Amino acid sequence: MARTFATRALLPLLLLLLWWACTRGEGNFYVPTPVGLFNAFLTEWIPHRLLHDAAPSIVRLLCGFALSGVIGIGLGLFLGRSEVFRQVLEPILEFMRAIPVPVLVPVVMLLSGIDDDTKVLIIAFGSIWPILINTIEGVRGIDPLLIDTAGVNHIAGMPRLLHITLPAASPQILAGLRQSVALSLILMVISEMFASTSGLGFSIIQFQRNFAIPEMWAGIVVLGLIGIVLTGAFAWIEHRLLNWYRGLRATASS
Amino acid sequence: MRFSPSQVRPAAGVVGALLLWEVLVRLTGVSSDIFPGVPAVARELWRLSHNFAFWLALALTLRSWLLGLSIALVAGTAFGALLGLQPRMEEYVHDTVEFLRPIPSVALIPLAVLLYGTGLGSALMLIIFAAFWQMLLQTIHGVRDVDRVANDMARVYRIRGWSRLFHLVLPSALPYMLTGLRLASSVALILALTAELIIGTPGLGKEIALAEQAGATAEMFALVFCAGILGVVANLGVRALESTLLSWHPSRRQKA
Repeated sequence: MARTFATRALLPLLLLLLWWACTRGEGNFYVPTPVGLFNAFLTEWIPHRLLHDAAPSIVRLLCGFALSGVIGIGLGLFLGRSEVFRQVLEPILEFMRAIPVPVLVPVVMLLSGIDDDTKVLIIAFGSIWPILINTIEGVRGIDPLLIDTAGVNHIAGMPRLLHITLPAASPQILAGLRQSVALSLILMVISEMFASTSGLGFSIIQFQRNFAIPEMWAGIVVLGLIGIVLTGAFAWIEHRLLNWYRGLRATASS
Repeated sequence: MRFSPSQVRPAAGVVGALLLWEVLVRLTGVSSDIFPGVPAVARELWRLSHNFAFWLALALTLRSWLLGLSIALVAGTAFGALLGLQPRMEEYVHDTVEFLRPIPSVALIPLAVLLYGTGLGSALMLIIFAAFWQMLLQTIHGVRDVDRVANDMARVYRIRGWSRLFHLVLPSALPYMLTGLRLASSVALILALTAELIIGTPGLGKEIALAEQAGATAEMFALVFCAGILGVVANLGVRALESTLLSWHPSRRQKA
């Protein structure tokens, strides 16, 4: 049965209706009415908060993620090829991967204070590990036949990197990047809630402390939307980049 | 006694890292308030191991983590099985799930504080919200991925209902569900520590925050190290569970 518009819209509409119905009358302290939420959104968040707090947060998020991507993939490509270095660093990498990322926030803050650079560093330092480890695994897992073919045809250096190593390892690398996107978002919010005076996370906390509940909810909605947009954008990019991989898997399993 | 290179190198790596850390600290002369040396952290670790408050905090973290994980496990499996076995219902729910799933659990922190203050309830709210989605999605995949040949055989032998569920669907779904458990347990630990770090729910994360505020950096590093060990142990635990429960699975058996 195809997912028609009716089936897809039914549950969300029902939930919206339920929300509206439950908040009618004298109103609930913890949950604003749909109209109240929309109003808070318009008055508080557009344009001040969105421009001053949300936008810089998103920029920091993207910078941190980009930094962790570049360093993670670069280092991962090297370590994937060099068995010696990989074995030496393995315990440290596995330990860093297992550390729950929030506890790294105070550590990084010790070194560089509470300004913008710190937040980018926190995001980068926390979200690099899945990328690094997945890149290493991706490079190590390249079909030896490909490597031998490259050797026979004297393909080395940059062309080999671009045309053989990277594409072959890209499913794994993109899986690591996907985990990192989620981690970057979490770290962005935590770094702003832990010890900060600006940013999206800080704003939401501030609204909560001042009991400005509809504004707080509007902030949560903004965060949720950022999460959805980031996840959706990344899924689309991954879909485009890995078309060849899906086709390959389909023919292999049929 | 001869050691192979693959045994020596990791050990050398760890020793080398510790040495590098100590050398850097001494060379740069950085104050121990900012970056303690290895002996200071080791001393703190020793002191903590004798400290009842530390073990209590660890136990509280474990409590939040395991309790939240269990609830998310049960709910995620139940709903996942329901949605996986009933594709029609899944069509109604699909978009809502895809909408709610990417919402970072940390966004709910202020709401949790409002509703439950700084107690266990806040931590549980965050943990369950995050871990539930992992279990749900993996269970749905698992329930759907029943081998077609086995499925047809079950139909031929008229195996239906609960029997079919236990003998056909469950074994097929088990690898996926254990992957879901692994992902969910890691997310749950992250959120348990986040709740303690940010909200101040009692536990290891709260001790880290307190040490940071008091400027006791050596203690803070020792606690962070303990949190890392906790993560490693949790990881190993789930993998051991996976090995035990999936020992029958073809992917884990060597070809004769």
